[in-house]
Amino acid sequence: MASNPMYQFNVYRIGPEIKLGEIDLSFTNASLFMVISSLAVLIIFNLGSKKNSLIPNKIQLLAELSYTFVSKMISDTAGSKAKPYFSFIFSLFMFVLFCNMFGMIPYAFTVTSHIIVTFVLAAFIFFGVTVIGFIKHGFGYLKLFVPSGVPVVLLPLIVVIEVISYLSRPVSLSVRLFANMMAGHTMMKVFGGFVISLGIVGGWLPLGFSVALTGLEILVAFLQAYVFAILTCIYLNDALNLHH
Amino acid sequence: MFLRFSQTLLIYFLLFSYVESAESGGMPQLNPEFWFSQIFWLIITFGIMFVLLSKLVLPKISENLEVRKAQISENIEAAEKQREESDKKLKEYDQLIINSKNEAKNYFNKAREKILKDVDKKRENLEKEINEEINKAEKEILDLKNKSPEKIRKISTETSSDLIKQLIGVDVNNSSISAIVEDVSKKVN
Repeated sequence: MASNPMYQFNVYRIGPEIKLGEIDLSFTNASLFMVISSLAVLIIFNLGSKKNSLIPNKIQLLAELSYTFVSKMISDTAGSKAKPYFSFIFSLFMFVLFCNMFGMIPYAFTVTSHIIVTFVLAAFIFFGVTVIGFIKHGFGYLKLFVPSGVPVVLLPLIVVIEVISYLSRPVSLSVRLFANMMAGHTMMKVFGGFVISLGIVGGWLPLGFSVALTGLEILVAFLQAYVFAILTCIYLNDALNLHH
Repeated sequence: MFLRFSQTLLIYFLLFSYVESAESGGMPQLNPEFWFSQIFWLIITFGIMFVLLSKLVLPKISENLEVRKAQISENIEAAEKQREESDKKLKEYDQLIINSKNEAKNYFNKAREKILKDVDKKRENLEKEINEEINKAEKEILDLKNKSPEKIRKISTETSSDLIKQLIGVDVNNSSISAIVEDVSKKVN
């Protein structure tokens, strides 16, 4: 089982098979880690918001620092109009971050290493942002595809490029996260396999590499969650403050 | 950067090798067997988390932050007020010290003047007394000085008559002796 570095991404059923007509909705290891991640987020932030002391304790400090961090990120990129969407972006950031971080535990399953999960999130963001844009600006939202100050001759080309780049947003957003998580975990598995196959003599080098990669992957886990959230903010900014 | 690049290369290599090998079945991510399950559970878990966070947890955190902000700014205001008050008190205190210093100086000056006056008066009195005494003494000295030649003459006359009487046993006329004494004393002088 262990020799295949892609094995860790296998999804398998836990418990009984749940079927809705033809569709299989069984509880899987992926579902388990989604539940664990969201529960961890809820527990930590619930604990962090329970007591209100003037000098916060550690968990309260953690919750409040995260709150101000995300709130600052949103106001910096999307302005004050994005305030109503704060709780969604906060949940998104925390969910992705916790899924990434739980994936760093050995033998754990990384929810975000599956394209379908990241794509559903990205697609929801894409549709949400588009709907918000049309609600706020009506058909004027289509001006997003017509940058100002472009020569009329180039306009057809530019508009086509803008439309394609807009439509590729969910793809790039989801693939970025999924590919980063999958690549990192595959790398770690491969180097872990080298440690075993090279044994006590030659296994030290890949072991060192594995240790270094673990640090790098924890950084990537945070960074990708941050990028995911900040790109959502940027898309939201386009929809809220139309100034292309 | 290099690490990322090498990682990407490795992934491509792995992807191709696994896609080609039939038994492993390639990337599990591309196997649609559990896609609907994942979507379903993602919506449920993320949805519940989002609803609970946005309805219960985040408002509380935001309220906590607001309360703290208000409390801190209140405390800062109170501290500022107290500082102003203490500044005022300090000024009053300084004024008080300056006033009392001036008062003390006045008292000191007054006392010094009084003492100086007293000393002057006493000295004057004393000088007067001393001058009187000196005058008296000078008068006495002058008196003594004026009386002394006569006395000396008398004594010397008596002494001389006594001497002569003892030496030769003759009573000499007093007037002649005094004439001689006068003569001698004139010569001595």
